[in-house]
Amino acid sequence: MRTLSLADAVALIPDGASLMIGGFMGVGTPERVIDELVRQGKRGLTVIANDTALPGVGIGKLITADLVSKVIASHIGLNPETQKKMIAGQMQVELVPQGTLIERIRAGGFGLGGILTATGVGTLVAEGKQKVAVAGNDYLVEPALRADFALVNAFLADYLGNLSYALTARNFNPVMAMAADTVIAEADNIVPVGLISPDHVVTPAPIVDYLIAQG
Amino acid sequence: MDAQTIIAKRIALELRDSMLVNLGIGIPTQVANYVPAGIRVFFQSENGLIGTGAPPAEGMQHRLLTDAGGRPVTALPGASTFDSATSFGLIRGGHVDMTVLGGLQVDQSGLLANWMIPGKMVPGMGGAMDLASGARRVVIAMQHSAKGKSKVVKACSLPLTSVRPIDLLVTEMAVIAFPGGRATLLETAPGVSVEQVLAATEAELEVPQHVPPMSL
Repeated sequence: MRTLSLADAVALIPDGASLMIGGFMGVGTPERVIDELVRQGKRGLTVIANDTALPGVGIGKLITADLVSKVIASHIGLNPETQKKMIAGQMQVELVPQGTLIERIRAGGFGLGGILTATGVGTLVAEGKQKVAVAGNDYLVEPALRADFALVNAFLADYLGNLSYALTARNFNPVMAMAADTVIAEADNIVPVGLISPDHVVTPAPIVDYLIAQG
Repeated sequence: MDAQTIIAKRIALELRDSMLVNLGIGIPTQVANYVPAGIRVFFQSENGLIGTGAPPAEGMQHRLLTDAGGRPVTALPGASTFDSATSFGLIRGGHVDMTVLGGLQVDQSGLLANWMIPGKMVPGMGGAMDLASGARRVVIAMQHSAKGKSKVVKACSLPLTSVRPIDLLVTEMAVIAFPGGRATLLETAPGVSVEQVLAATEAELEVPQHVPPMSL
């Protein structure tokens, strides 16, 4: 794990990169990283996230700044700009049931090829997908998801990169931290090693590649 | 009593002690206001919380404690938080005893459409498909009609949320269940006759000899 400045960490991300971004309606989203992505003007990004938040909040800022060419998310309903760009064909949007999305990400991080789920069987979600029967029940085969970068927000990080999360800001963060080639963590608080009890570490330090220094 | 209050109050009567319950956005959220006295229900927010409480007093919001719509909530004593994989494991794994969701259409075999109107409204399904497929009991809170058209239809014209039938539909006019895959009128709202329900319903409804009023 290396500690980097905000600008240096975001400079690692090339145009066209695929990004898993933690957060749920902006709660638990690494907001400083988002602002720096906008400042550096990264283009053609693929964003994998639960939602696109609201205009002016979290991932919504990337949408507004036209930095995103593709979104894989479960919900875009509270961001009219995402819907407008999708309908205008400026941005590709793949909508995935929330439980399927998080489980595809989990599979990507846990060394699995995909998952079987009953969610979506017989609906529009099933179109073009393989269906299998196991023990008499129908399931869709949903492939694993990985990304070039996971951008996660933690409540606490220690100097080694152990992470713990707070309240409903945990959401997609620890699962995404497992499913990307490079993990960049932004923490609300950075504390000395030992202050996060081993039982309270949710993302172990070796998973984290870069911790962003407090600015 | 307005339509939403009738629906929320009636659905609250389905709550039982110790249940784990997930409430959708809109009318379903109001069900939490009418939990019967003397029972404890655990409400799940699918963004990672069991023990969701009422909105906090002005000035007491915490930016990292919200419901699935991003609105500030409180956490009741005994609450727990977890990641989204666990949250949907609870839902798909049959640990959520009951979910209450909104509806655009429910058809006479109990199939639900509630996540999109092609060409008009494509917000994404969020957790609706997992809840409709995975929760032990699926209860729909829905106004009986919209713009003069029945939302209780013969067959859904909108895209389905799940091929698994719902268990109970509560509108401001009626309570409808689906035993044997047939819509059956269980109760009418106060002051509403069976004939009025039938006139407002496109679906074919089984009507038992005795249809009691909702006891609100």
